[in-house]
Amino acid sequence: MEESKVKKCKVVIIGGSAGSLQALLQILPQLPPIRSFAIVIVLHRKSTDDTALENLIKLKSKIPVFSVEDKVPLRAGFLYIAPSNYHLLFEKNGILALDTSEKINYSRPSIDVSFESASEVYQTDLVGILLSGSNTDGTAGIKAIQEAGGTIVIQDPKSAEMPFMPNNAIANTIPDYVLNVQQLLDFIILLDK
Amino acid sequence: MIEDIELETLINDIYEYYGFDFGSYSKASLKRRVNRVYQLGEFESFYEFLSKVRSDPEYYRSMIDEITVNVTEMFRDPSFYAVVRKEILPILATKPFIRLWHAGCSTGEEVYSMAIILKEAGLLHKSLLYATDVNATVIESAKKGIFPLRMMKEYSENYRDAGGQEDFSNYYIANYGIAKFNAELASKMVFSQHNLVSDNSFNEFDMILCRNVLIYFDTDLQKRVINLFDESLSILGFLALGTKETIKYSISQTKYKQLGQEKIWRKVK
Repeated sequence: MEESKVKKCKVVIIGGSAGSLQALLQILPQLPPIRSFAIVIVLHRKSTDDTALENLIKLKSKIPVFSVEDKVPLRAGFLYIAPSNYHLLFEKNGILALDTSEKINYSRPSIDVSFESASEVYQTDLVGILLSGSNTDGTAGIKAIQEAGGTIVIQDPKSAEMPFMPNNAIANTIPDYVLNVQQLLDFIILLDK
Repeated sequence: MIEDIELETLINDIYEYYGFDFGSYSKASLKRRVNRVYQLGEFESFYEFLSKVRSDPEYYRSMIDEITVNVTEMFRDPSFYAVVRKEILPILATKPFIRLWHAGCSTGEEVYSMAIILKEAGLLHKSLLYATDVNATVIESAKKGIFPLRMMKEYSENYRDAGGQEDFSNYYIANYGIAKFNAELASKMVFSQHNLVSDNSFNEFDMILCRNVLIYFDTDLQKRVINLFDESLSILGFLALGTKETIKYSISQTKYKQLGQEKIWRKVK
């Protein structure tokens, strides 16, 4: 079996906006349980949607979902979803923190905020994946992940329902990988050590 | 992004020069906000920023306004207010007098929301809403009861989702882009500056609301503040936190009973 070029990964953080849920709903049901890293998902959505997304992902994913509340620990083997109407941040001691400060790029949660925060804590041990969307959010964040030594992956705009967000990120960074939905699934499976 | 050691130096300097203790604040959020202020100031170096903070109290105050989060809205999480209206107010109604404390009230939107549902339940006349915040600027703003008119569409939707039946616009007068809320609502509010980090309990309350404030504190400070609330809450009083906050790790679970899935706990002993 092919081996992943990513040497060490503690966290896979996935950001997306319009059209990204479709991609995730193709990936998550096929993703077997993982052992060596945590997955964190930051998706734009309506502020009133408190638990609907989480319930949907719980239903579709084989990986157990750890409900995000303030200061919960980030543990390998679990999936975390940024709650609506909060920014999701990472503390140095391995816990998650929330913040209700101003929207960034018209978004709360903002992908940039979570990606930048995760890049500071996990540096080279972080993989950032940016999916479909029609907003510039995510570009600054994925850049920060790369600058901190992490691996960056962008959904192939041709496979994205809304190619604007991946295109914007590709135009502003040199991605390590540009992958379609099936390739994304294979890539994540190979990360597990 | 600023370095951790720079943030620590700033925290120490602020404590030494102004007595304000950010030491137990949640670092990820604080660092991001300090970094923003630092970038906006276009300083040559972090040292220049530090000496500005130390030597210019006016700048220090404006910096505090920026780094403390003051984002709030009326009837934030409408379902929370619906539960307060349906399940808590009928219990509080049996009391001769109702004391509430909004800890970390920011610019006051949630205090006015509470005053509105108290009024609709016929309880405002016998209620007193204490509203405190660490930030003096937002307290001054909250006292005025003036909010941006452009927010009223969203707030009236929240109000309806929270079970409001009246015409929301009856509660304010619109003028030049602002909405001034009726003085009757503010007549039962007492505003003052209070620091949850360093100040003590100042009264006994039937309900304490502290929503989306504890998220900015580390877990040790959260414990201390929950204990401060415990000391300030009457037996059978209610404590309400933000939708992603909990008292689970801070205080004995036998002392408090949670109301279903809501972030509302009742002090049972």
